[in-house]
Amino acid sequence: MERRFKINDIDVKARAGEHLLDVARRYGFEIPSLCHHEALPPIGACRICLVEVAWGGRRELCTSCNFEVIEGMQVTTDTPAVQHHRAMNLELLLARAPGSARLRELAAQYGVRRTRFGPPATSPLPNCILCELCVRACEQLGNHALTMVGRGDKKRIGLAFNSPSEQCTGCASCASVCPTECIPVKDTAAGRTIWGQTHPLVLCKVCGAPVMTERQRAKAIAKKGLPEEYYDFCESCKQSTASKRFASIVW
Amino acid sequence: MSAPPVDIGRVDRVLARHPAGVQGELINVLHDLQAELRYLPRQALERAASHLGVPEAHLFGVATFYEGFHLEPRGEHICTVCMGTACHVRGAPRLVEQAERDLGIRAGQTTPDMRLTLETVNCVGACALGPLVIFDGKYHGNMTPDRLGRLIGKLAKKGSE
Amino acid sequence: MARIGNAKQLAEYRKQVKASKPESRKAIAVCAGTGCKAFGSFELFEAFREALARHELDRQWDLRATGCHGFCERGPLVLFFPDGMLYQRVKSSDVDEIVQTTLKQGKVVDRLLYTDPQSGDAYIKERDIPFYKHQRRLVLEQNGQIDPCSIDDYIALGGYSALAKALAMGPHRVLDEVERAHLRGRGGAGFPAGRKWKTCRGTESDKRYIICNADEGDPGAFMDRSVLEGNPHSVLEGMIIGAFAIGADEGWVYVRQEYPLAIERLELALEAARAKGLLGEDILGSGFAFDVHINRGGGAFVCGEESALIASLEGRRGVPRRRPPYPAVAGLHGKPTNINNVETWANVPLIVGKGADWFRSIGTEGSKGTKIFSLVGKVNNTGLVEVPMGMPLRQIVEDIGGGIPGGKRFKAVQTGGPSGGCLPADKLDVAVDFDSLTAEGSMMGSGGMIVMDEDTCMVDVARYFVGFLKFESCGNCTSCRDGLERMHELLTDITEGRGTDETIALLEDLAATVKATSLCALGTTAVNPVQSTLKYFRDEYEAHVRDKRCPARVCKALISYTIDNDACTGCTLCAKRCPQDAISGQKKGPHTIDQDKCIKCGICRDVCTYDAVRVE
Repeated sequence: MERRFKINDIDVKARAGEHLLDVARRYGFEIPSLCHHEALPPIGACRICLVEVAWGGRRELCTSCNFEVIEGMQVTTDTPAVQHHRAMNLELLLARAPGSARLRELAAQYGVRRTRFGPPATSPLPNCILCELCVRACEQLGNHALTMVGRGDKKRIGLAFNSPSEQCTGCASCASVCPTECIPVKDTAAGRTIWGQTHPLVLCKVCGAPVMTERQRAKAIAKKGLPEEYYDFCESCKQSTASKRFASIVW
Repeated sequence: MSAPPVDIGRVDRVLARHPAGVQGELINVLHDLQAELRYLPRQALERAASHLGVPEAHLFGVATFYEGFHLEPRGEHICTVCMGTACHVRGAPRLVEQAERDLGIRAGQTTPDMRLTLETVNCVGACALGPLVIFDGKYHGNMTPDRLGRLIGKLAKKGSE
Repeated sequence: MARIGNAKQLAEYRKQVKASKPESRKAIAVCAGTGCKAFGSFELFEAFREALARHELDRQWDLRATGCHGFCERGPLVLFFPDGMLYQRVKSSDVDEIVQTTLKQGKVVDRLLYTDPQSGDAYIKERDIPFYKHQRRLVLEQNGQIDPCSIDDYIALGGYSALAKALAMGPHRVLDEVERAHLRGRGGAGFPAGRKWKTCRGTESDKRYIICNADEGDPGAFMDRSVLEGNPHSVLEGMIIGAFAIGADEGWVYVRQEYPLAIERLELALEAARAKGLLGEDILGSGFAFDVHINRGGGAFVCGEESALIASLEGRRGVPRRRPPYPAVAGLHGKPTNINNVETWANVPLIVGKGADWFRSIGTEGSKGTKIFSLVGKVNNTGLVEVPMGMPLRQIVEDIGGGIPGGKRFKAVQTGGPSGGCLPADKLDVAVDFDSLTAEGSMMGSGGMIVMDEDTCMVDVARYFVGFLKFESCGNCTSCRDGLERMHELLTDITEGRGTDETIALLEDLAATVKATSLCALGTTAVNPVQSTLKYFRDEYEAHVRDKRCPARVCKALISYTIDNDACTGCTLCAKRCPQDAISGQKKGPHTIDQDKCIKCGICRDVCTYDAVRVE
């Protein structure tokens, strides 16, 4: 089923059940957001992707990431109200993550150069804005090592029982999806250190670059049933080995 | 003070009362485990996770979300100060301050000798009695800081006998 | 206990029960609600039982423990049938005199009657007491009459006849009747129940659920608890009728675990109804099957929000999600689910039994029927009251509530629970219905009504509610989680004397964003207490920030305790009780408080019998 509506007076089309932010971005509209990733279910946490939506005599200020498109609605992406409240929510987040360059830059676009609020009372992970992208990514990958702990002003990101998790494969997807780059991850000769444990790494047999962690490989082998050797090479070496093999066959 | 060991048999008997693999049972399971063990020790939660077929992280996230679940051992006695609105306007904050002062702990904490845990609750619906303190399940209505001080004092005396 | 096979058998069974317990029979009803129990009504009940046996009166007098009568302030309450005499603040030690004087000689024990503190008038009958006289008890009517543990008591008073009627009407006529009655949800938002039911019924699905929301998390509210404790079958009957109309075969009651008595009585009610064939397979021989499970809440206010409640029932963190889709379309386990709260369900048997026209004759244009409130705080008659929609707030506070204790001045009344607004004296004539309260910046909510007097600081109250809500926020939205935390900080600054005019301005600005941009109703209504107090009591905020003064003398940082030498008799009591040893003075001589040591705990003022401790 198709849905037709207008964004900033421009006609757009979407599939029923699609979320407004995804559609808007597809059409090139710029709506900022910090907690959204197109591969993960939206939760509407950061409250930055606000837009104004009017339909059936109603007018609502809402987040576009988790708003299912409605036939005939009119969306405005940058009204004064949207700008005003975005700025306030950015100021609130800036107090949580003053170290994030991306957040500082975004806030500055809305005229927020400093925050009137001090550091939050509970924030064990500096610069974390509690967007849950890491938790959602970890769940989506089937690892379930990370979770939200507590609630309200005490909510935080953490591991079961606050101790290193056997579920964590050290894949670092959480760190790579984090909008404020607040999850510490470090690769050394000993392995990859993340979330309180160090995971030995599988190194590429050709160039020595880290391919993945041993736990990741074990999990991948169990899941996909490919031979262990499949994971011996990094992506680029895998490609060049394959092309050499291909060349020897052809010539 | 380290937590006493957990009797896994008791945990399993509680779990056996709930169907395996049904995530919707989670909160009822946590209630029953807590009723049995007075708090929710890690081993019990790990077994509950495996019984219900949910990741430990998920279960931990749920257990810490709800105020009714205690993941740390609680004292022999529980003193709960009601912080409902009716109690608040009748002076409940002064009761908490009194108890905190007398016991040398903050609300939510347990005395180092594990004798008493001081808790607050957001209304038990006995507003006519406010301000209200519940001492080991018994309701003490129209409480004053002075009376609460004496109530706690009595307990302390018993402890030193 | 045999199953009741059909409507005819139900009527016959009712006749039998009534014959064994005629209405003319003498009965003593001891209130066993949570309030009266806390005042010792359980011991009182036992004392009656023992005395009746000892005096061999147990054949002439029925003794029953009933649900909450509502007049909690005066508990324990004892009601005598059939004439409806009420004794209040009855103690076990009064039982012998009651037996000798009242039961044996038919005379009244005057000192146990309710006496109006203002007029000095004593009242014999419950229905004449001002607290009851102005009420219209429909949902609560049977609370003081029946033993909540006895399904027979409920059936004797016509219980489950509405269910039999509904089964005969068929689902669609029931849906029409509930819609025509214009029953609006009693849980907060006031959404028309009939419309919700029809949406749920109309959604194509192989399975539908209904849920009774008994997660009454509002501090200062105990309406639902009292209905569940006092008349669980009325809620259950409503749910069965609803399930039949909607086409659901499974239901849940999500009840706060802080309400153990309600859970216990509900469990008994479910068992009794199953045994009688009123719940389970083939209900009253109709072929309709429906059963109910109980789920205890984990202790999270936000689970009163329906999508969070569903998450919790599914064994997840109680985090609300964006609606639509509404639960009526996609709810529990993705299936169409109809959620109503306890009081809403309890209204259903009344509507089906007496008809939509009867129900519509009560209340106002937009709000039909009655509403239960828990009237608490600085009011003489704390308790549970049920009034027709549209009654002026003033009548509830002054006539039913009996005004403010100690001759103090009324300051504000907060309706709608922690997210409701505080209305000042000049709004007391507002009609209490869904739309009028919202128009004044408050709301109906689920029915908490908290009265505040001149000794209540409105800034402190706002800070209290924001503190409660930041703690109860699920923590998902930046605006609600961080916004409320920051608002709490700003309010703390004001109450501790660090506030300026800019603090107030920022508070207002922040409140607007929290309201406009939070996902669920917890966030969007959380600012009501702040916005309404800023609107009606701005002078109190300004006194805090400009004069560093708390007009109600509540905010510790802005007050000091001193002893009035003229009034002090030197009894030394305050000095003995002071936890800081901050008070010095000779026996029979004037005492003084060392301001450096004083922690402003107020104990000296509490214990002084000469009213010599002053707060400035």
